[in-house]
Amino acid sequence: MDTLAIEVLLWCIVALVATGAMAVVFARRPVTTIIVYVITLIVSTIALATACWILVADAAVAQQLRLPIGLPWLGAHFRLDPLAAAFLTVVNLGGAAASLYGLGYGRHEHAPGRVLPFYPAFLAGMTLVVLADDAFTFLFTWELMSLASWALVMAHHRQEGNARAGYIYLLMAGLGTLSLLLSFGLLAGTDGGYAFDAIRSSPLSPNLAAAVLALALLGAGSKAGLVPLHVWLPLAHPAAPSHVSALMSGVMTKVAVYGFVRIVFDLLGPPIWWWGAVVLIFGGITAVLGVLHALMEHDLKRLLAYHTVENIGIIFIGLGLALSFRASDMRGPAALAMTAALFHVFNHSVFKSLLFFGSGAVLTATGERDMERLGGLIHRMPYTAFAFLIGSAAISALPPFNGFVSEWLTFQAILLSPQLPQWGLKFLVPAVGGLLALSAALAAACFVKAFGITFLGRARTSVAEKAKETDICSLSAMFGFVFLCLVAGILPGYFINALSPVVQMLVSAQMPQQTALEWFTIVPVVESRSSYNGLVLFILITFAACLAAYVIHRWASHAIRRSAPWDCGFPDANPAAQYTAGSFAQPIRRVFGTVVFHAREEVDMPPPGDPRPATLHVYLQDRVWDALYEPIAKVVGVTADGFNRVQFLSIRGYLTLVSGALVVLLVVLAVWQ
Amino acid sequence: MAVILDVLVQLGQLLLVLLLAPLLTGYVRKIKARLLRRQGPPLIQPYRDLLKLIRKEVVLADNASWVFRVAPYVIFAATWVAAALVPTFATGLMLSPAADLIAIVALLGSARFMLALAGLDVGTSFGGIGSSREMMIATLAEPAMLMIAFTVSLLAGSTQLSSVATFMQKPDVGLRVSLAMALVGLIMVAIAENARIPVDNPATHLELTMVHEAMILEYSGRHLAVIELAASLKLLLYMSLIGCVFVPWGVAVAGQELTAYAGSVVVYGFKLAVGGFLLAVFETATAKMRVFRVSDFLGAALMLGLLAALLLFVSRSV
Repeated sequence: MDTLAIEVLLWCIVALVATGAMAVVFARRPVTTIIVYVITLIVSTIALATACWILVADAAVAQQLRLPIGLPWLGAHFRLDPLAAAFLTVVNLGGAAASLYGLGYGRHEHAPGRVLPFYPAFLAGMTLVVLADDAFTFLFTWELMSLASWALVMAHHRQEGNARAGYIYLLMAGLGTLSLLLSFGLLAGTDGGYAFDAIRSSPLSPNLAAAVLALALLGAGSKAGLVPLHVWLPLAHPAAPSHVSALMSGVMTKVAVYGFVRIVFDLLGPPIWWWGAVVLIFGGITAVLGVLHALMEHDLKRLLAYHTVENIGIIFIGLGLALSFRASDMRGPAALAMTAALFHVFNHSVFKSLLFFGSGAVLTATGERDMERLGGLIHRMPYTAFAFLIGSAAISALPPFNGFVSEWLTFQAILLSPQLPQWGLKFLVPAVGGLLALSAALAAACFVKAFGITFLGRARTSVAEKAKETDICSLSAMFGFVFLCLVAGILPGYFINALSPVVQMLVSAQMPQQTALEWFTIVPVVESRSSYNGLVLFILITFAACLAAYVIHRWASHAIRRSAPWDCGFPDANPAAQYTAGSFAQPIRRVFGTVVFHAREEVDMPPPGDPRPATLHVYLQDRVWDALYEPIAKVVGVTADGFNRVQFLSIRGYLTLVSGALVVLLVVLAVWQ
Repeated sequence: MAVILDVLVQLGQLLLVLLLAPLLTGYVRKIKARLLRRQGPPLIQPYRDLLKLIRKEVVLADNASWVFRVAPYVIFAATWVAAALVPTFATGLMLSPAADLIAIVALLGSARFMLALAGLDVGTSFGGIGSSREMMIATLAEPAMLMIAFTVSLLAGSTQLSSVATFMQKPDVGLRVSLAMALVGLIMVAIAENARIPVDNPATHLELTMVHEAMILEYSGRHLAVIELAASLKLLLYMSLIGCVFVPWGVAVAGQELTAYAGSVVVYGFKLAVGGFLLAVFETATAKMRVFRVSDFLGAALMLGLLAALLLFVSRSV
């Protein structure tokens, strides 16, 4: 069997690991930064080209390879099938762009020794997870990915809050891996065939399969940021350096989605309808809660991290629909839903990385992540602002950009769901559709806030006033993604076609081939039902806008006069008089926040004569944290306090404890036999 | 020949909506004035306003960025394209495969996104208040609109407006609870989206009550003209949408003689006249509500849309 591609990929891994090791040695030299990012850029590009080639050229064939490393009786299995190739494309596209961005951004790093060794290891880990073909390799590389990213989160460990973020991340990552370990244990069964081929050939009983689904949701969902397992994500993702934040949000969450898809769609066998319902419920709640949290957030990077939570929700809605359709053997709709989910995986990795790059550029230029201290950056950083604007439009699902296409496909899949026979799903799916629509609208509001407060208006602080445009490497990484946002938006047919072997593999059907129609119209089912053409819309909008501008400038006036703002006759020169992020979100907080966050506002108005300034306090509650994590933390604390007494026993006490334990164990053993 | 006719009909629609939109706005204003026993401006006053505005110089705030100058054209273009895709006097337009109802809603979303950004660009408090409130309204209006789109397309088995209109013309559609809910919801959304009373007042410049006008407060000259035209187009779009989904009679089917189109244009004009009259009567008879009551108003629209879709999901297999 031809294993060229997989060998190329494994050599890429070797190169990445070697680069990481080299970086440990030479971390102090400034040139190491450039060398590391150049190597990772080249290696990621090679891996990207390989994955794309597999996806486009001979997708039906899966390449397998077994290396004699790892567990002696198992070895390390690797496999490159269409699903792996699709996710490798996402991983390495993100990796290549982040490396290019890092070439510029990495120069501002204070302690490169804390970033450079782990960065290639992180990339290698993510690539290996996707390639792994047995449970041991999968879990080992999953842990490699988690630990490398944890080290990157802790790179700036002296900054306030980062240590806590790293701690919570480590706990959640441990929980996730434990769940995955147990789910693979169940999948392997009593015979213990840990290679994925063996797992595929041994079907599970429905109860065990449901347990595997729950564990996979817990394990992959905690890494992806599914509510209520998302708590670590908005803490950890922003704490890392920005190109790593882009990788964590744009790519690592996608590797988690890969893990879920691999287990549930590939290894687990035929689904039952209520699995889809469970995934749909989690997806819908995640989408809305994620974006509502993002709206309340004033920290630019944390806002973006919460948006990752939202988009993971949208992806899981697609996956849940695909599961439901597949359970009822409706292959066409399942293919549509699956394509929507996978296309959104790609799209989100593109625009989320772009937005994190933009926030990193702002962070480098101003040293600020707090939007309330920015403003007016469009004058100082015009190119970054443009790229961020396109990313914002794309993530807000606005045509003609790519985010809209995948959400549109998800809506089309929802519209096919009345054909589902189960009543539970009939009630659930329209509600989830409503949640999806709500989250799309809220996302637009959130990105008007994010872009408007950060880049528009007047500078709120002197650092924002003195900001400088970022370097050419960062800009080229951003503009590459801007280009992709547009191309995937106006020519989605090619991307849908490229995904068809993956979808074929997962749900045994695929969407109709798209690019045959004139003007690249995409048609999910049949033409009379629905169609969309981003290219025509883009041309029409551009043409109409240019026409209007030309006609007016040619035959009417093109005179312009600059003056002070009008502002109803009372312009206030103080930039503090502008709308802030908090005030922008206030109406939405009033409408949604009182229910979701128990939001309360208190105005402290000093009496006349008192020189104290009046203040407005806003109290928000994270109810997931309060309801779920606080009690767990409390139980752990109380238990630990209880066990604390065991630490201070006398020697007699310890001996009694040991012999008592021995007796109890022997009794248990005797009863067991 | 058929292709030429298609192109002609599509171009005709593009021009028709562009030319009719200010007239509709003027007509609604006139009716409102007459209901208040005022004389009111002449019907063609909006055209005169637009012509005057595009000939005036633009007074631009000092710190306005390119977003502020580009936004009017993007808003206009997105709205115009959206309006050209809604069947007005004929179904089966040449461009209609390019965007279905969901895409049209999203196109209007693009326009709103740019408008809200333009409101924030100069950095004044009025611009901010307008953008903030507009987005709050949109967060409820857009999902409500999408749920209505769901309802309609579940019934018609298509999100394509041409197919929906053709389906609704059939006599066997009959009266349905879902459709009634969707109609009420759609009217509520249309009122909110077009900044009409009771959600917003298009005639006001009372600072604390305005939403749409607050966002465009800094605009002048040709920029203002383009935005005003886009607002008129949006009103026309929503009326055409209600017309094509709920009263689709008299809409010409693609591939007919030109005379049939002439007849359908007249019918379309009649529908607009009735719609504009009803809007004026409704606006005159209603008081504007507080901003934070708007969420109840639109929440009701969202619930109507959701209920209508849910009813369809459980009542039949489409």
